[in-house]
Amino acid sequence: MSSIRISIPETAEAGEVIEIKTLIQHPMESGFGRGARGQVIPRDIIQTFTCDYNGTTVFEAKFFPSTAANPFLTFFTRATKSGALTFTWTDLVGETWVETRNLIVSE
Amino acid sequence: MINQSLFTLNRRRLLQMGTGAIAITALPGLALADEKAFQASRKAAFGNTPINEGRVEVTLPPIAENGNSVPITVKVDSPMTDASHVKRIVILSPRNPVPDMSHYKLGPYTGRAEVSTRIRLAGTQSIEAIAEMNDGSLWSGSKSTVVTLAACAIL
Repeated sequence: MSSIRISIPETAEAGEVIEIKTLIQHPMESGFGRGARGQVIPRDIIQTFTCDYNGTTVFEAKFFPSTAANPFLTFFTRATKSGALTFTWTDLVGETWVETRNLIVSE
Repeated sequence: MINQSLFTLNRRRLLQMGTGAIAITALPGLALADEKAFQASRKAAFGNTPINEGRVEVTLPPIAENGNSVPITVKVDSPMTDASHVKRIVILSPRNPVPDMSHYKLGPYTGRAEVSTRIRLAGTQSIEAIAEMNDGSLWSGSKSTVVTLAACAIL
């Protein structure tokens, strides 16, 4: 259902601060909108986003209806060791989307 | 000379009236968050700790043509080391139906206290970002933007 795009450098120096950009396709229905027949469209939003780096959560976001459709995020993290970065999105009903990227850190 | 200055004044007034009219027509017929709800979510997030102004920089376009997707960047002046870092950033809106916009948890491993996203705006307003430091102090910054087409109006 959702297409996910993640921009992350493939390699980094130890201690370097890297920029991560994530985008997930999602309508982020606020629950305030109305359909063609005037009926309220139920709320359907991604509620949380987490970024785990080698098992430690380095960045966490909580979204509300004020987040635009297809939530886009830019954040930073410090490269410490080579390993996997796992990105997890969870919506209101508990459906999750997980993506993993590998980062090679040169000492 | 006098005529010319009068003309510019008139034109400026006219433009101001025009933007005002657009803002009024763009007002959605929804229950918007009032000052009370705004203060309530501020309190829910941080309790009664006093909030200082400064150290937080919010970047928003001066005019948002489409309130459905407005880019926002929040930058906090912090070295992001173990000794001194930002723990939390909360973005609040005084005019959206839900005052809370987004919450972020950061730490020394984040490296840089900066977050960008895209938000919905239900009208012209001043967005406030509050950062909680590891020592418990709170800092805030705000930025206002003019919304020509509110998010809820076109839904």
